[in-house]
Amino acid sequence: MSHTPEPMVRFDGVVKRFGDNVVLDQLDFTVAPGEFVTLIGPSGSGKTTILRLLMTLERVSEGVITVGGEPLSHMRRGDRLVPADDKHLAAARRRIGMVFQQFNLFPNMSVLRNITEAPVHVLGLSPAEAEARARDLLELVGLGDRCDEHPSRLSGGQQQRVAIARALAMRPDVLLLDEVTSALDPELVAGVLDLLGDIARTTDITFLCVTHEMGFARQVSDRVMMFDHGRVIEDAPPEQLFTDPREPRTREFLQAVLDRS
Amino acid sequence: MSDNHSRIVEVLFQGLPFTVVATLGGIALTIVLSLIAGLAMLSRSRVVRGISRTYVEIFRGTSEVVQLFWLFYALPILLGFQLVPLFAGVLVLGLNHGAYGAEIVRGAVQSVPKAQVEGAVALNFSPAQRMRRVVLPQALVEMVPPFNNLFIQLLKGTALLSFIQVQEITQRGQSLVPNFGPDLAFIYGVELVMYLVLALVITLVMRLLERLTARRVGRTPMKVGTTA
Repeated sequence: MSHTPEPMVRFDGVVKRFGDNVVLDQLDFTVAPGEFVTLIGPSGSGKTTILRLLMTLERVSEGVITVGGEPLSHMRRGDRLVPADDKHLAAARRRIGMVFQQFNLFPNMSVLRNITEAPVHVLGLSPAEAEARARDLLELVGLGDRCDEHPSRLSGGQQQRVAIARALAMRPDVLLLDEVTSALDPELVAGVLDLLGDIARTTDITFLCVTHEMGFARQVSDRVMMFDHGRVIEDAPPEQLFTDPREPRTREFLQAVLDRS
Repeated sequence: MSDNHSRIVEVLFQGLPFTVVATLGGIALTIVLSLIAGLAMLSRSRVVRGISRTYVEIFRGTSEVVQLFWLFYALPILLGFQLVPLFAGVLVLGLNHGAYGAEIVRGAVQSVPKAQVEGAVALNFSPAQRMRRVVLPQALVEMVPPFNNLFIQLLKGTALLSFIQVQEITQRGQSLVPNFGPDLAFIYGVELVMYLVLALVITLVMRLLERLTARRVGRTPMKVGTTA
């Protein structure tokens, strides 16, 4: 029996261009099921683009992304892979959830309905089931008493907790975290990070996380990937990458981040 | 008030139901056409976009009076039957203002932040669900004030129906002119007030709608004292 299970996420020669600008350059990596992988690197290095490709918010220019063994950006036709159509994308992204920097809560819905809407209308849960699930999740993120509130009445940290609950309600296999604390006031950051750390520890969800919170990355990650100019320049366990980085570029970057905080 | 004056008011008020029905019918048709054409202009299909664009340019770019004459006088020659005047009038008002409304709908939908659509994609909503459950409810807030303008324009446009002998306020007024020549100022004065009051009613309803839709997306500050 093989000791390396099928990766949950696989990038094979992925290239992403915006016009002439190459954002991701022949990217290859895999993420194992249940792994927590943090992507670090200077802004513009393509970290967020990786998450957006996985969430199907962008399309690859070249290469193939596979999630749980199924191609995401492409679909099989005979023995060839062709670019995915809308139907395939909808099926493929069922396993993936995302939490955004700006929360992206729906202002036309209460907190509770933000969480129940997709389970009811996408997963086909009954409203009662969806509500029970949402109330449990709101309890988990510490907002059990704010169900009927309007999202705009919550603090940034609370809104982000709701967004996390909303993503979890879809029971994703892979959860993408895109600078989820960057828009928060400093005193609200720790709470959200603690929550995410708990979730990572207590579930078998696979995480891909883009963050500038190096303390958090070090604590929670199984692996850290350092990006520069659209390529992975270093890929190591956090203890090693943060204490003894192999690449000078990584060292420079970590130094710059430390100086700033 | 003299006998003449009360007679004038009486006759003008006979026109009120026609004006109101033409306005309400026109508004209903405007809303439907605006939504259809506005969303069609955002379609991924070039053909659908082309059709709605053609509709908008034709009805926005030609005179309402000419459209009216076409539908009421020219079309019957081609089709062999004539539309009821009021119906023809509602049709023209709706088609014409729907063309303007389509641009309002398109603009409002496009003004909803892209992040909202992305949030909906991340929850795997279908394109139709994204529009219906996330984008349109938010776009609605942006649509209400420009639609208020449009509906008032439509109300005033009902006066054109006098050209095809719909018995609305303006037509009633014109019928009085030969016999009540000396009271011209009074006739037009009453007409003025009638249109103004109707316009104010439209504004009142739309302002209520504006507040309602704004509150649904959390735009209105909550009442002082209710904050926990």
